Amino acid sequence: MSIATKAGGGAAKYLDERTSSNKFLKKNLGKIFPDHWSFMLGEIALYSFIVLLLSGSFLALFFKPSMTEVIYNGSYVPLNGIKMSEAYASSLDISFDVRGGLLMRQIHHWAALIFVASIMVHLLRVFFTGAFRKPRELNWLIGVVLLTMALLAGFSGYSLPDDLLSGTGLRIAEGVMLSIPVVGTYLSMFVFGGEFPGIDFIPRLYTVHVLFIPGAILGLVTVHLMLVWYQKHTQYPGPGRTNDNVVGFRLFPIYTAKAGGFFFIVFGVIALLGALATVNPIWLYGPYMPDQITAGSQPDFYIGFLEGSLRMTPPIEWTILGYTISWNVLIPGLILPGLMFTAMGAYPFLEKWITKDDSVHNLLDRPRNAATRTSLGVMALTFYGILFIGGGNDVIATTFSLSINAITRVLQVLIIIGPPVAFLISRRICLGLQRRDREKLLHGRESGIIRRTPEGEFYEVHAPLSAEEKAVLMSRQVIEPLAIPVAADENGVRNPGGRTERLRARLSRFYYGEQIPMPTAAEIAAADEHLAHDSDHTLEPARTTEVAEGEVSEFGQIMQSEALPRDRTPTGS
Amino acid sequence: MSTDSKDLATTDGGAHGSVDIPHKPRRADTDIKAARRAERQVSALFLISALSTIGFVVAYVAFPSDEIITVPVIGPTNASNFFLGLALGVALFCIGAGAIHWAKKLMPDVEEVGARTPIGATPDETAAAAELFEEGADASGFVSRPIIRRSLLTALVLLPIPAVVLLRDLGPLPGTKLRETIWADGVRVVSDVSYLPIRLSDIPVGGMVSAVPENLPEVEEETGTLNARAKAAVIVVRMLPSEIRSQQNDDWSVDGVIAYSKICTHVGCPIGLYEQQTHHLLCPCHQSTFDLADSGNVVFGPAARQLPQLAIAVDEDGYLVARGDFAEPVGPSFWERG
Repeated sequence: MSIATKAGGGAAKYLDERTSSNKFLKKNLGKIFPDHWSFMLGEIALYSFIVLLLSGSFLALFFKPSMTEVIYNGSYVPLNGIKMSEAYASSLDISFDVRGGLLMRQIHHWAALIFVASIMVHLLRVFFTGAFRKPRELNWLIGVVLLTMALLAGFSGYSLPDDLLSGTGLRIAEGVMLSIPVVGTYLSMFVFGGEFPGIDFIPRLYTVHVLFIPGAILGLVTVHLMLVWYQKHTQYPGPGRTNDNVVGFRLFPIYTAKAGGFFFIVFGVIALLGALATVNPIWLYGPYMPDQITAGSQPDFYIGFLEGSLRMTPPIEWTILGYTISWNVLIPGLILPGLMFTAMGAYPFLEKWITKDDSVHNLLDRPRNAATRTSLGVMALTFYGILFIGGGNDVIATTFSLSINAITRVLQVLIIIGPPVAFLISRRICLGLQRRDREKLLHGRESGIIRRTPEGEFYEVHAPLSAEEKAVLMSRQVIEPLAIPVAADENGVRNPGGRTERLRARLSRFYYGEQIPMPTAAEIAAADEHLAHDSDHTLEPARTTEVAEGEVSEFGQIMQSEALPRDRTPTGS
Repeated sequence: MSTDSKDLATTDGGAHGSVDIPHKPRRADTDIKAARRAERQVSALFLISALSTIGFVVAYVAFPSDEIITVPVIGPTNASNFFLGLALGVALFCIGAGAIHWAKKLMPDVEEVGARTPIGATPDETAAAAELFEEGADASGFVSRPIIRRSLLTALVLLPIPAVVLLRDLGPLPGTKLRETIWADGVRVVSDVSYLPIRLSDIPVGGMVSAVPENLPEVEEETGTLNARAKAAVIVVRMLPSEIRSQQNDDWSVDGVIAYSKICTHVGCPIGLYEQQTHHLLCPCHQSTFDLADSGNVVFGPAARQLPQLAIAVDEDGYLVARGDFAEPVGPSFWERG
């Protein structure tokens, strides 16, 4: 018995006799986790959430969520004697009179920015690699809800200090609420406890920010992680990696050390940002006054797309039978984000319906291999990106001395034509990359060595692919689109459900439309043999030097030794 | 730990035979000196973290919360924040860096293969579960006793109503609140900074003043809210009377002085950017642009309605006064606005 087992044994025995925990340990200490940098994106989100809980708990000890007016009298001299809400005054106290308070505020704000950003990038990784496919659709849905919660957490958080910038954000939120048909005014009165801004809202928002939203996030994150644990992590294609196995490192000790260490790295970087980079300097904005504003005010980045959609929507308002519908606020403020999040949540189910693919996927797609999905993703990203740029049109206009009107008009056109163009371009790029992969499988890797035959002909020597690369390239599958069902049989009897099935088949044709054929097994074998033969003669390092000195012409003298695979393992011979 | 490549042939389900996961031994695997060096590096990182944590406590005591120092590149910054954050950041980062360095240099780096067990119950288990459920459902009589089922559903459907009713007192009903401001006939127009009344001569041609009703401070004192201000704020500008192409009523301005609501008709931001050459007023939030020489009509941006105009006059003491409340609701549109 080693020292380690002796030390832990007592506690393990105690727990096991009460919970059977040793069964869990036996099953899970050796659990294999695949390794890839992109799997750390979700980890960053989790860790920054923990940082948010810790720093937020500290801030809650000092923050006073009250809109009662007080006269400020503290260390920040420029605001002394100014009337402001208690919320803003206590935020100033945290920043200037509590040691470490500013640090915790900045850590909290940086962690929030990183939290949302890492969720977004994590979501893109999951989307573009097809990790949302069966059996992980539910975790995708939880993820979409988590992203929504993260946006609400961020918005409710930066609205709490009641500075000029946050109050302006709330005013906009109230304007959007008012645009809701029938119930808008009631909703606004109930939420704000009367007219805007009232005195009830900050305390209410505080409860939402410190209890409801983090509670929901905590619960959903727990389920999210339990599902990851139970279903086991997906893995990228590679040698020895199949749909039925998982290749990687053990939970204990390697993943424990790496993931645990990474938590401290994330926390450390956020703490350094809090020390070195000012974020949300509320003391410069001043207390909120509903009749004051500063030019160039910008929300946190994750609200930017909504700001952009509000700025870009043309002024459409209807008055029908004495009632007003403000499409210019309703569409960009509620309908559009609603549709965006619905589409995001529905995507796995739509793709599944179109492809009729009910199989389990543990091996990730390379984005290029799922050309249509990737292009749809790029299309959505383009749409989002244009909205985001729209949210910063004033910053762009002042930075580059452009007309803000021109920028807005250009963006209004781009939001319509940009996404489909992005779709087409990205599909061409994906197919081009598929073709290149096919070429590589059939002809090997370009070695950069130019050879002259005795007849005087020049050609480039191709080298065999490494085992890793070959396994990756072989992972693509060509899938036939669904056949279009007949509308009616030869007796003229209509095919029940034929219309839906025809639509599905057409969509499937669109989805799998153009695919580059994979080389057949025979073609690969022939290519391997050819390459093995070729490499026997050219890629021994000693021979290569000889070739370089004796035979290569002036335009062929490139990269002889650089191009050699460093740990080349001959295959197929 | 083995430094050879691990043969995965037994678990490889692919069609292309056995595949090796290539593995190169690390320096620390073959060279005991390199391993010792890695060991020293890892423990040095952990020790730096420990020192940094002590440094945090020292910085907490040493720097008052208001001391400013100048740091290269960053410039003047709060000393306490800088050193506390630096110490905390280094203390955390070094634990992380040490752990990862340890894992990468000294712990096994050979990938292993685990099996994936299929998710889902076997058909037998599913059948057993279905049988249990059916037995339970039959035993309960949920299906065969519709009167129980329906009355239970009725009870459950009604039960959320109290939760909704309870929310009623969150706020008052809208009533006419969004249609009224505290402007009234004879209320003086005062500067929003000094609360001093404004004479015609105080505003030069091309000038702009942000203004509020004279009784605003009293109302704010009384209600303890900023609600009145959020609706009543106005922009008063002066142009040559000949430059006014149109206004919402012929005699609502005095000698080229003209007042509009400062609250944007889009989503309610205060509108602050006035361009005196064009008489355009731009909202910094979403760039709705209003032409104050032309009834406050929208010339650009997402706002769909003109800015409400406040009818003004001059009282017997020569000060600007309102001639009544706005003729229409100010601020963003709402359903009942009409």
